[in-house]
Amino acid sequence: MNDVLLSATNLTKSFGGFVAVDDVNLHVKRGQIHALIGPNGAGKTTCFNLLTKFLTPTHGTISYKGHDITAMSPADIARLGIVRSFQISAVFPHLTALENVCIALQRQRGDSFDFWRSQKVLLQFNDEACALLEDVGLSEFRDVHAADLSYGRKRALEIATTLAVDPDMLLLDEPMAGMAQADVERISELIRRISVNRTILMVEHNLSVVATLSDTISVLARGKVLAEGDYATVSQDARVIEAYIGEDHG
Amino acid sequence: MSIMNETKSASFAVHDKQASLPRHHAVIFIGLLAAGLIAPFLLAPIFVMKVLCFALFACAFNLLLGFGGLLSFGHAAFFGSASYVSAHAAKVWGLTPELAILCGTLSALVLGVVIGALAIRRQGIYFAMVTLAFAQMVYFFSLQAGFTGGEDGIQAVPRGDLFGLLSLNSDLVLYFVVFAITAAGMLLIYRIIYSPFGQVLKAISMNEQRAVSLGYRVNRYKLTVFVLSATLAGLAGATKAIVFQLASLTDVHWSMSGEVVLMTLIGGVGTVFGPIVGAAVIVTMQNYLATFGAWVTIIQGVIFVFTVMLFREGIVGVISKALKKPF
Repeated sequence: MNDVLLSATNLTKSFGGFVAVDDVNLHVKRGQIHALIGPNGAGKTTCFNLLTKFLTPTHGTISYKGHDITAMSPADIARLGIVRSFQISAVFPHLTALENVCIALQRQRGDSFDFWRSQKVLLQFNDEACALLEDVGLSEFRDVHAADLSYGRKRALEIATTLAVDPDMLLLDEPMAGMAQADVERISELIRRISVNRTILMVEHNLSVVATLSDTISVLARGKVLAEGDYATVSQDARVIEAYIGEDHG
Repeated sequence: MSIMNETKSASFAVHDKQASLPRHHAVIFIGLLAAGLIAPFLLAPIFVMKVLCFALFACAFNLLLGFGGLLSFGHAAFFGSASYVSAHAAKVWGLTPELAILCGTLSALVLGVVIGALAIRRQGIYFAMVTLAFAQMVYFFSLQAGFTGGEDGIQAVPRGDLFGLLSLNSDLVLYFVVFAITAAGMLLIYRIIYSPFGQVLKAISMNEQRAVSLGYRVNRYKLTVFVLSATLAGLAGATKAIVFQLASLTDVHWSMSGEVVLMTLIGGVGTVFGPIVGAAVIVTMQNYLATFGAWVTIIQGVIFVFTVMLFREGIVGVISKALKKPF
């Protein structure tokens, strides 16, 4: 049990009468890239929002490093080292790429309630921010407003920002959604690189994207876990094939 | 194509030092300082003092709306209640003007904590409605409570002696005191905007969910900026009571909350200097068009519609866009 970092037990979420996530058990092992996949409407994003506390579960518990975190606020979860990304790329649009990363680095100071101090104290984070931007290939865009970056670069910036808070665990919500093929490869490579010493749980729609990337895959359909295992196991599973083919060609 | 544009703008900005303050702001501040020092010799000091008080009020409001992304429809509550407390302290308690202003400002701070703590639980239009509801409560309290003088307000407030030494009965002497107070208030607001706190605040107003996911407890930041804004609005109201020797229901009326929104929008919301320009425009209109009576309100309305239709960024916002520099 010691190598399980994040686990969800009997996780259930219903909206009115509709059960979006139904009694899901999920155990993410330390150091792995764990993918949560499933067809549209399978409850992936709901599940994801439950794990990051942006939604409150109807039933079930979530624990991180053995501590029950079910009742904690999203900001406090982030402070424990679980940082999420968003499906729609989440940047601070009217700040430059460098400032975006600095906002995250600024968390090292603890809370920034010091409104009487000049923001020049933030200059200390510039070098670290530049290094992170270089890591994701955004060096030359450091002074460009995030709103003016292309979609793929916004996602890269988001990853740099996430890495800046140095999380133990990253939760990525469809990091490759709506991306051109070249960007998909770049971001896949990036995810592989940042997974060293970190645990990643990513939600993806597309099975092929996660095939080479993830250690463990959980397939979700209609709010339930259909199958779990590595790509070879999952892709041969009859129920998984049916869920996907049934959706795509049925 | 988009890649080319990005590269181009990147090379333009590459020498901008991150986190260093825009240098032209210092020039504008010096210009404003000079203008403020000669203004009372060219214009009626009482008129310029009115502009200063409202400029500070609008800047305080803009701190909340332009940089915190929070639209309050109840800022008259802070402006007005501070004005009452300041007037009461000077007249009934016989405090010196600086202490009276301090009392008024602190009362706005306390009120800001109470109203802010409840209002920030809601977002968008609901936040605005909650602040409006509280401001209406403050208005009816002011109408009924004994010490406010009801319909009459608190009149003939003594200007007193600054620190018990310097008589403020001369408009010119009072002017420089008011100028010092508003300048200090505005410099504080400027510092807040360009502080580590201000950076987080801007981030929250741009993408609250993302700020949460990075571990920022956003409600605490929102409450802090709300209280700061309320306190500075209170400073403006408290000073205004000493200048005009009057605190009245006008100061707490909802139309005062509307007026500060108008000033900020006309000047340019989210700009540093816009609210000062907006306040100057509105106060000038009210003063010099006073002979038109009720028409002033209609003229204001027309200007407001024009602003929203033609230049939504406000006067300073448009200039800022044209010159590609933040003002």
